[in-house]
Amino acid sequence: MTTSELTPPQVQDAAEKSGPGGTGRRRLLGAGKQLHAGPVTYVVLAVFALVSLAPLLWTVVAASRTNQRLAETPPPLWIGGNLFKNLEAAWNEAALGTAMLNSTIVAGTITVGTVLFSTLAGFAFAKLRFRFSSLLLLLTIGTMMIPPQLAVVPLYLWMSELGWSNQLQTVILPTLVSAFGTFFMRQYLVQALPSELIEAARVDGASSLRVVWHVVFPAARPAMAVLGLLTFVMAWNDFLWPIIALNQQNPTVQVALNSLGTGYVPDQAVIMAGALLGTLPLLIAFLLFGKQIVGGIMQGAIKG
Amino acid sequence: MTSSKQALAQSASSADAAPGSQPGAARRAHGRGTPPPGPDSWRSRLYRWDMKASPYAFIAPFFIFFGAFGLVPLLYTAWYSLHNVQLSNLDQQTWVGLDNYKNLMSSDFFWGALQNTFTIGVISTVPQLIMAIGIAHLLNYKLRGSTMWRVVMLTPYATSVAAATLVFVLLYSWDGGMINWLLGFVGVDPVNWRESTWGSQFAVSSIVIWRWTGYNALIYLAAMQAIPSDLYESAALDGAGRWQQFRHVTIPMLRPTILFTVVVSTIGATQLFGEPLLFGGASGSKGGSEHQYQTLGLYMYDQGWIIGNLGKASAIAWTMFLILLIVAAVNLLITRRLRKSQ
Repeated sequence: MTTSELTPPQVQDAAEKSGPGGTGRRRLLGAGKQLHAGPVTYVVLAVFALVSLAPLLWTVVAASRTNQRLAETPPPLWIGGNLFKNLEAAWNEAALGTAMLNSTIVAGTITVGTVLFSTLAGFAFAKLRFRFSSLLLLLTIGTMMIPPQLAVVPLYLWMSELGWSNQLQTVILPTLVSAFGTFFMRQYLVQALPSELIEAARVDGASSLRVVWHVVFPAARPAMAVLGLLTFVMAWNDFLWPIIALNQQNPTVQVALNSLGTGYVPDQAVIMAGALLGTLPLLIAFLLFGKQIVGGIMQGAIKG
Repeated sequence: MTSSKQALAQSASSADAAPGSQPGAARRAHGRGTPPPGPDSWRSRLYRWDMKASPYAFIAPFFIFFGAFGLVPLLYTAWYSLHNVQLSNLDQQTWVGLDNYKNLMSSDFFWGALQNTFTIGVISTVPQLIMAIGIAHLLNYKLRGSTMWRVVMLTPYATSVAAATLVFVLLYSWDGGMINWLLGFVGVDPVNWRESTWGSQFAVSSIVIWRWTGYNALIYLAAMQAIPSDLYESAALDGAGRWQQFRHVTIPMLRPTILFTVVVSTIGATQLFGEPLLFGGASGSKGGSEHQYQTLGLYMYDQGWIIGNLGKASAIAWTMFLILLIVAAVNLLITRRLRKSQ
């Protein structure tokens, strides 16, 4: 069984069934070699799981205490009575309400743009024949190596010249396309979209746009959903360019958290409440779509 | 495979329905094959033009946006790195040649930042990837609630750099910090995680390790699941135990994936920025009182936006890029060697 046979159904699985259950097929696929886990495996995994979750759980504890209490030894281990007071303080003092709204707009727009453009380009690279296609694909992959630091100085100068500093389009436009997304969609469509389908539509006289709308999008839908989730997480957590382009007047969540961390509000309990609030939307997304996100990362990885 | 077949069937039927709903009955009358040349040649010309141009139209958005917000800025950064550009006076940009680079080469802070980036890169990447392989190996067993385990391992990935670092700052605090308190139980004196060199570098690395280990574990897990099971069967027939199977089947088969994660982690480590910035609190861009955890990314931000020397910041950015290119070339060489030796 090759890699390529193994992965697409997994992702499809993940995109169609949410929630627990439905792992049966995956188990069957790997059944030949998979050994049952012993108790030691569970214990070691539990330790790693605890390390993964403990800092987040402790954030809730710290956010429910006072600044004074957090400076004392031993550190608090159970929830205190100040959670809502601190959440309210973080919400008001760090402009987290504005920040959440801004982050939703920014990450939402970037997600729509990235998924749309990646699907179009991924389809072209996967199924259409044109000159220099393999060279252009290689170039696309190569762009992933360029660190964001290489763009921020000119972008900053241009944005201030345009009078765009502190406006949301400043952080949306540079992130609207993704090389990773293009490659991800290409790898998916190579296998998930039979060329005969496209040819059949062509024979019926369908234009390229029609083919995209009626053949490519329906076939790509599961991968588009997964790419959307991954993109949203990345866009929500983007840090370097937003803290340069925006300030506390009109922040995204990460800009607001940066202000909190650099002494904007010198109260550790409020800072923890802010960190908790800023992470909450993604934690909820992980609760709802964790399985799809896991499937997407594994799908993207195997091709890389 | 049923679900994928369903999806295909769906898309097939919608594709069939599409042209029918158009007043394009004449086109269908041509039957199978491309529209023939002839009286309605404008249509076939349009069709051929569509076939030729559409691939470029589909990839155009990516290349236009990348060009405008990636490639052109990259070149401009090189241009600015040869100029004196001050944040306080953006209109006046004077040519200074290689002065910004010379300035860097003679700066202790630059070499310090380079060394810190390397040290933090190594102590965050090596343990991270080793642990990730171990976790992936465990996740590859038949587990109860396998999806739950995977999601839990990935949870730190949902936490942003900013949120995670703010929490870790508190966990690592000198007095009242959770980590010093826990160390006290095993008889270790409180560590000054912020001021000591190795302590702060370890602390910054631990944030990276915490956020990325689960992610890399999933990447390894995906690769492990793609290893053909007959390899294990024949190894078992040869009398290889579990450890030997892991050592002689799993690890060699993972080699391309390991190389991939090393490259990705190296790129990430070279750009490391948010963790040290927020770990330092109010004066974070200095990377500690002795610059002990100031990375290249942080040094660039400090020079550009705190000190206000955008020309020098551009020179730092390009130096980073050159270092990455060298790393990539070395990686390529190693890959070639590995391929040849196989």
